[in-house]
Amino acid sequence: MTDPEIRAAFLAALSDVAPDIDPATVGGGDHIQDDLELDSMDVLNLVATLHKALGVDIPEADYPQIATLDLAARYLARRLAS
Amino acid sequence: MAFDPIIKPEDVRASASLTKEIRAKFTWDDARAMLDGLPGGKLNIAHEALDRHVAAGQGDAPAMTWLGKDGTRRDLSYGDLTGQTARFANVLRAHGLAVGDRLFGLMGREVDLYVAALGTLKAELTFSPLFSAFGPDPIRTRMEIGGANALITTASIYTRKIAAWRHELPSLKLVLIVGDAAPEGCVALGPAMAAASDMFAPVPMDPEDAALIHFTSGTTGRPKGAVHVHGAVAYHVMTGRYALEMRAGTRYWCTADPGWVTGTSYGIIAPLANRVHMLVDEAEFDLDRWYGTLQAERIEVWYTAPTAIRMMMRAGEYAAAPYDVSSLRFLASVGEPLNPEAVVWGNRVFGRPFHDNWWRTETGGIVIANTQGMDIKPGSMGKPLPGQVAGIVERGDAGLRELGQGQVGELALRPGWPSMMRAYLHEEARYAKCFVDGWYLTGDLAMRDADGYFWFVGRADDLIKTSGHLIGPFEVESALIEHEAVAEAGVIGLPDETAGEVVRAYVSLNPGFEPSDDLEKSIRGLARKRLGAAVAPREVLFRKTLPKTRSGKIMRRLLKARALGLPEGDISTLESDES
Repeated sequence: MTDPEIRAAFLAALSDVAPDIDPATVGGGDHIQDDLELDSMDVLNLVATLHKALGVDIPEADYPQIATLDLAARYLARRLAS
Repeated sequence: MAFDPIIKPEDVRASASLTKEIRAKFTWDDARAMLDGLPGGKLNIAHEALDRHVAAGQGDAPAMTWLGKDGTRRDLSYGDLTGQTARFANVLRAHGLAVGDRLFGLMGREVDLYVAALGTLKAELTFSPLFSAFGPDPIRTRMEIGGANALITTASIYTRKIAAWRHELPSLKLVLIVGDAAPEGCVALGPAMAAASDMFAPVPMDPEDAALIHFTSGTTGRPKGAVHVHGAVAYHVMTGRYALEMRAGTRYWCTADPGWVTGTSYGIIAPLANRVHMLVDEAEFDLDRWYGTLQAERIEVWYTAPTAIRMMMRAGEYAAAPYDVSSLRFLASVGEPLNPEAVVWGNRVFGRPFHDNWWRTETGGIVIANTQGMDIKPGSMGKPLPGQVAGIVERGDAGLRELGQGQVGELALRPGWPSMMRAYLHEEARYAKCFVDGWYLTGDLAMRDADGYFWFVGRADDLIKTSGHLIGPFEVESALIEHEAVAEAGVIGLPDETAGEVVRAYVSLNPGFEPSDDLEKSIRGLARKRLGAAVAPREVLFRKTLPKTRSGKIMRRLLKARALGLPEGDISTLESDES
């Protein structure tokens, strides 16, 4: 997958879990909890949605690596490549 | 029983603060004797929490270590907090606020929130904490019921959640914004604090004077403001010692947010009044950060919640392996019943079991607990603390009947402990309904076993407990029907491995709207905007009609039974069914 495809997949999963967020307004550095106001259950649901969409299993210890769109794009690209 | 009891080693049992001897002769005067008080039989929570320690020569003792999200660390002594809270009290006075006025707190776990809570009490105002992740609707409802006179918040929260309706709340005279700048019509806290004196003697209060208002959800109607008094601090000090093993200097971490009662009673008042060294982490749950904090801060007593514990369990024991958590001597959990697997898991990973305890907003403090001196039956909430009389009762035509061991009924308490709520604000009838035949009825179903341990069975009402937050279905339904497509809504809690329960909504649609994924997201999105993520439903299901009684009440119980594949029970009042 290309970087734009991964970003689009992440934003789609994000708006599935939190449809109050307009994906077009999400900045690359916005923190999903501090800025976008996801709570910890939302984060678990985001991980499950990403798993379904991309087949990537994200362990708990890696959650900080999907905390922003930019971080997630890098992390998911690495995981998809391996 | 599926899980064997955890038998405490002799040295652990001997270290317990609460002994058989204390239990045998305990009276409420023993709890009050743990306070210093003020002349003339008066007292003030802030004096017990801060000023008395300074007066006793402990001004340099560490009171709070604060960890910021960005890695910042601040250490505050009892002297520092005493001075800061005095400044805050002077700021309130300078703006004309006085006895009986109500200040609401609406912000994350920043140092200023802790200063504001105690500074407010010092200046004889009432403090009411709100959960900062609430959306604008729950915030406004609570501030209206509470007749808020002042608010402390952040510029970001103010702009997003308050500014639009601030002028529709005429009682609100002062909005304090943390930091050095404030939006129009608000006051920046930083410069105001800098200009204020750091001397302010806590106002002597009558033990029955109101100190705190904690809002809690009801099954029907608006949220209830439970009023707590200054005299409650005796119970906070006592339970901090007996149920949480606090001693002067104990390195203590309560992970609860002060927006909820645990984060105030045991995240501010009990620890400071016991002169512990408490840790406050501004950040939300993060696996490695939490293990790292337990290790680096050498936490001795840790009071946390089932959802967090289950998240740690999900990550597996190996995630804990790199960390040295041998400083821990007591672990406790509250918020919802802790499943026995988690108690046993804690014992394996931390070398100590989690001690579950039970209480609720109305009780102001821990009522039933597994204490250090007790063997643990995993899954049980423990035994009543000294001074508490708990029973299992059944409501009948002739009043209450007390049930025997092994029988399931409603958990009831004999009123009279110092931190019991004194009222629901403006709601005398709802308050009076909680008391029958000399018992306070808790709304929880429970059972007492042959050894006197209490076991949670379920709730007697429709309230939902998700991630430790008590949610009233009515408040969620009210927000859902504000969506143009929604005709009716019924909201229930469904069991969830991690959160305990998750909120699910059933809706029927107005003419001209058809169920679709986009509509589901649109409804959920609106609910999240209005209510906040913690309160809004995680899923919305469409129905043509919802099951209703003759009087038109949606039968949530039936929706839940069907969702879980359980027997439907008595459906004699069902008038129109789900379709």
